Amino acid sequence: MIGNIAIVLFDGFAFGMLLFVLSVGLSVTLGLMNFINLAHGAFGMIGGYVTVLAMRQFGVPFLLTLPAAFLIAALVSVFFERTLFRRLYRAGELNQVLFTIGLVFVATAVATYFFGTGQQPIVLPSWLRGSVEIAGLRLGVYRIFLIAIALVIVALVYFGLEQTRMGAQIRASVDNQRVAQGLGLDVERIFAVTFALGSGLAGLGGALAIEIVGLDPSFGFHFLVYVLIVVAVGGLGSVAGSFVGAALLGIGDVAGKYFVPEIGSFLIYLLLVGILLVRPLGLFGKR
Amino acid sequence: MTTGDSVLRTEAVCKNFGSLQVARDVSISLPRGARHALIGPNGAGKTTLINLITGQTKPDSGRILLHDEDVTAVATAGRVRRGLTRTFQINTLFPALTPIEAVTLAVAERKQQAGQFWRSLTDHKETVEESFETLQQLGLGNVATSETRTLAYGQQRLLEIALALATKPKVLLLDEPAAGVPKDESAMLFEVVAALPDDISVLFIEHDMNIVFKFATRIIVLVSGGVLLEAEPEVVRSDPRVREVYLGNAHHG
Amino acid sequence: MSAEHTQIERRSTAVQQPLEWLKGQSRWSVFELLFWVAALIPFFFFPTYLTLFSQIAIAALFAISVDLILGYAGIVTLGHAMFFGLGAYVAGLLSAKLGWGEPITGLMISGAFAGLVGFLVSFLIVRVQHLALIMVTLGLGLLTYELANSMSWLTGGTDGLLGVKTWDILGYFRFDLWGYTAYGYSLAALLIGFLASRRIVNSSFGLALRGIRENTARMPVIGSEYRWHLQKIYTISAVIAGIAGAMLTQTTNFVTLEVLSFQRSADVVVMLILGGTGRLYGAILGALIFLLMRDQLAGINPQYWYFWIGLLLMVVVLFMPKGILGRLSDLVRRFGR
Repeated sequence: MIGNIAIVLFDGFAFGMLLFVLSVGLSVTLGLMNFINLAHGAFGMIGGYVTVLAMRQFGVPFLLTLPAAFLIAALVSVFFERTLFRRLYRAGELNQVLFTIGLVFVATAVATYFFGTGQQPIVLPSWLRGSVEIAGLRLGVYRIFLIAIALVIVALVYFGLEQTRMGAQIRASVDNQRVAQGLGLDVERIFAVTFALGSGLAGLGGALAIEIVGLDPSFGFHFLVYVLIVVAVGGLGSVAGSFVGAALLGIGDVAGKYFVPEIGSFLIYLLLVGILLVRPLGLFGKR
Repeated sequence: MTTGDSVLRTEAVCKNFGSLQVARDVSISLPRGARHALIGPNGAGKTTLINLITGQTKPDSGRILLHDEDVTAVATAGRVRRGLTRTFQINTLFPALTPIEAVTLAVAERKQQAGQFWRSLTDHKETVEESFETLQQLGLGNVATSETRTLAYGQQRLLEIALALATKPKVLLLDEPAAGVPKDESAMLFEVVAALPDDISVLFIEHDMNIVFKFATRIIVLVSGGVLLEAEPEVVRSDPRVREVYLGNAHHG
Repeated sequence: MSAEHTQIERRSTAVQQPLEWLKGQSRWSVFELLFWVAALIPFFFFPTYLTLFSQIAIAALFAISVDLILGYAGIVTLGHAMFFGLGAYVAGLLSAKLGWGEPITGLMISGAFAGLVGFLVSFLIVRVQHLALIMVTLGLGLLTYELANSMSWLTGGTDGLLGVKTWDILGYFRFDLWGYTAYGYSLAALLIGFLASRRIVNSSFGLALRGIRENTARMPVIGSEYRWHLQKIYTISAVIAGIAGAMLTQTTNFVTLEVLSFQRSADVVVMLILGGTGRLYGAILGALIFLLMRDQLAGINPQYWYFWIGLLLMVVVLFMPKGILGRLSDLVRRFGR
């Protein structure tokens, strides 16, 4: 029983880390521009298909496809940001929601056109397969890999935000856009860069997710709900909030489905509604 | 009537934002029919004081009394219904509604008609007529059916006042009613304020000292969240402390 | 004497004028009458499409219920299928489990139940705004779906609720294979729901809702207990959504979990945006365009139907912020003068 709990905690945490990589970008961009981008999950999907294509068509090793997933998702997103999304920064939240939902619809249809509706499995390199036994627990190697990557990203994001010039500018803009603008910061450019980085991380998350949850054209929609929960529960613009929110959701989801499969998802949504009613700005939200 | 004829009273109201004290033991009193001005340098806490009185900001301590009733725990809407209302320094209107709709809404809320979803709006004939009279009183009759967003800025300032009047206030707090209005027009705006019925007590914030001295019967000087002085205009005009903290270094010296 | 007379006269016409203007805002126009007459056309010219038109009328009623809270009061929701689905299940369970298939009382009971739940939920809804509001409505919708899914002993779960039998309407009109009765029934319900909603939006209460949408912060300062207004319209909206759901059950004699799905919540908002929010005919037109497009495009290739709807959605948001109907009425106004 204790072993089960430990395994569920581990698997849940690994799943949570995947959710963190998928959602941290949205949290930061939402906090920065108040732009509700429901197409964030679709950028994750792009990353997933980049990895599938690169491995299958060009025989690129899995690890090398990850930077490509990041880059291409980032490039595509910044294209949309510069051409379309920026027109909606001042529009109401409903228009933002609907426009980006429209984009998800289109992305889903395009993915169906090129790849069909089926799942796209990939073959991991042998060193990422199987499991190892640590302290009497059999832990999946890929999940350990996932946690390691997520922790590296947490470290990078933290270092990037706290130590670099760009990070300081992003933090200043999240805190108070008008003041940042008054200080002569180019908020638009900062947002474009942040948007690209955030979507890139989603793309990376999409690539990493294939092994855990699979990849099909509904990915953008399916993960949207998870991503939104992480963002809303964690609090806009808070990296620490996203981390805690993702870990909670991951563990809660896996534990719920393992211990009370009948009402597992129900409990997740109940928790979501409950948390937002007590803390409408999320656990770590400030504004 | 236990304390003379004061309609509105604050008793030792205090408020901190973090370590910043925005209201320090503020005790003021508005008698019936008052035309009081609230002045002070930027950041003195004038708007905050109005927010505290109307309940949009909760005080840390102290009491607010309206007609000798403690309303400190009453929400803003409840205070408005008891006859205490305000206008805003920055236009806080209903952009897509026409003035007649906006004022009718305020009158309907006062008459407890705004919850009636089964009766057509135009069945409330008196409500609409009263609203139109209020608009005419402020010279807005000819734009009553134009969308608020298309109104000239000065007209929007007047509509701010019309919305407040529609609640039939006993106490009216005006937060820089002429903010952003050209000088010649702002005098006209204050003529409107001066012409309000005698049973309405008015407290207004204004930076233009000429207007303050012309229209106020009494002046409250607020500095760093505390009342420095409350007196007749002549007294304020000649007070050295006021000269120093306000008139000395402010724009209209 | 005469000067005084003219002055009084001038004053009285001036008082008359805004009242007349307000009346004009809510007066029936020729276009409206034409529209409802046109709604009868399918009976005579498209009898093979009556089932589709019945679905459209039901979707339009659902869209009107969402328009009341979203378009008029400004409450964004991504979970309104919750009330549609509740109504659908109540009507279905009444018949399948309790053996009560009388349609009109069925509608009333379903609407009342959805309204009761809506009233309870409204206490939560008025506590949150912006993203939190969207997430709470989304969460409540998903929660209801999962609840119905896990209570498969009652709802039939993913297999759907079987054994629904709807009796003849008023003991006379039998639900026929072609859908004559179904469309007539749905159209009548749509008309009644529309008339009720029209009265609501043209009342002082409707004005208060628009006030909330335009500037929530100002409402308390004009003495409005606006949260109570919001709870009221949310409850009314839930009733109408529940009735729409019950109509679907009664006209198809079947209920699946799909009635509670996120897809349905999203679709209805899409319909509303296409047609135009804050105008009741926008809801109807949106439902019409959405379902006709789906019928035609999905007939060609069901997988890519969402490509077109997505594209249309993006175009409407970018170029027609008032929706298709808003765009049309702007054009009519421009060329009409």
